[in-house]
Amino acid sequence: MSTKSLSARNNELSNPQKQLEYLSEGLFADGELPTFKHKLEKEDDFPLQPKPLEILQINLGYMCNQVCSHCHVDAGPDRKEIMTVETMQHCLEAIKKTGAHTLDLTGGAPEMNPNFRWFVEEASKAGIKDFIVRSNLTIIVANKKYYDLPEFFKKHNVHVVSSLPFYKREKTDKQRGEGVFDKSIQALQMLNAVGYGKEGSGLKLDLVYNPSGAFLPKDQDAMESDFKTALKEDFDIDFNSLFAITNLPISRFLEYLIASENYEDYMYELVNAYNPAAVQNVMCRNTLSVSWDGWLYDCDFNQMLELKVNSSVKHISNYDEDAIQNRNIIISQHCYGCTAGAGSSCQGTVA
Amino acid sequence: MSKPYYDPSDLRKFGEITEWSEELGKKFFDYYGSVFEEGALSAREKSLIALAVAHVVKCPYCIDAYTKDGLERGITKEEMMEAVHAGAAIESGATLVHGVQMMNKYKKLSM
Ligand code: SF4
Ligand code: SF4
Repeated sequence: MSTKSLSARNNELSNPQKQLEYLSEGLFADGELPTFKHKLEKEDDFPLQPKPLEILQINLGYMCNQVCSHCHVDAGPDRKEIMTVETMQHCLEAIKKTGAHTLDLTGGAPEMNPNFRWFVEEASKAGIKDFIVRSNLTIIVANKKYYDLPEFFKKHNVHVVSSLPFYKREKTDKQRGEGVFDKSIQALQMLNAVGYGKEGSGLKLDLVYNPSGAFLPKDQDAMESDFKTALKEDFDIDFNSLFAITNLPISRFLEYLIASENYEDYMYELVNAYNPAAVQNVMCRNTLSVSWDGWLYDCDFNQMLELKVNSSVKHISNYDEDAIQNRNIIISQHCYGCTAGAGSSCQGTVA
Repeated sequence: MSKPYYDPSDLRKFGEITEWSEELGKKFFDYYGSVFEEGALSAREKSLIALAVAHVVKCPYCIDAYTKDGLERGITKEEMMEAVHAGAAIESGATLVHGVQMMNKYKKLSM
């Protein structure tokens, strides 16, 4: 596993334009597989448009203490892009005006932004009741200054959503790095200790499972019960729900697919598993994504592909929800990752 | 270079067998689908049985398909290998139990 981001390695896939070209050439250019647009047209779902906005997902930066091999953000310690206080202030202004009820903080490791806690507190004052923090778990034990994160989360009733690729050490460490499993377990125990994932506490702790390789997740419920049994038996850990998420063919996962010669099979599989019912609930329809530098995107994936919203308003500094809601969502072949099987979103399956 | 008899990408075309015999093809795939649904046995258990049988009948397509199916279901590699051994044990047992026939025949023909 590489310990550097594509960006630090100057890999050509760190250029989103290259990724988009890759996703439009080959199989899709010679008609062997239909483009995503074509699929939507066939079901009369084109153009894809937003439903009422529910979630504002803010990416606080691409810096991360891990360098997971499947990361769609190309995050890592070598990424220096993090949100400034000024941009956070623009976000807070938008939060006062938005119809969205949930603030979803992601990264990188959002907690590594030095103004993370301040931002949560201000957003809470600005009226946000539902917070989601996408925590990679290991950050909680990475440094003393993060040890009290579980308490901080609890104080603001933050809904913690954490990735744990598998309930076994080997697969987790292969995807996320040596030692990640043990640290994740330790962090989960710390979260449990303050009440997270415990019945009746009201503190929600959900886990994210994503396949550690070129295959799709299957049967979220069965997987959840496997995770629950194993984590309880082996480590006495409790959590609420498991979200099974499909890896989208972009960024480092795309790099892996190409290098391991799995790209074609994987795309075939995504296309064959296309589920029109999932299209109704893809997350770009109720979520808006804000990047570390304040640009607006249909989703975190489009953010990484630098596909800014197709609207007159493209930046958080002149946020206008009516203008933004009246837009067509930008799509490409990576979208097949959201519509395969039971569908996939930041909240797990959608169909 | 000569073409191999087995081409991994042929697996994707499996469904095409229906084109040359629609009724039978459809019946087969309906049956196949039903077999692997959750039932008295879980879909997970059936996946492991399928993997074991795939090895016994030595079908490279089925081995690819049920290795992936197992990964998708979170079946571990230790479970998969044990399933392969279960298949192999039955297969070698089936060979070896014929050793009794050999012994019988030997005894019958010998003075
Ligand atoms: S923890 Fe998350 S953001 Fe960080 S490298 Fe892993 S997948 Fe990417
Ligand atoms: S990748 Fe983004 S734009 Fe495409 S379907 Fe998924 S959420 Fe929507």
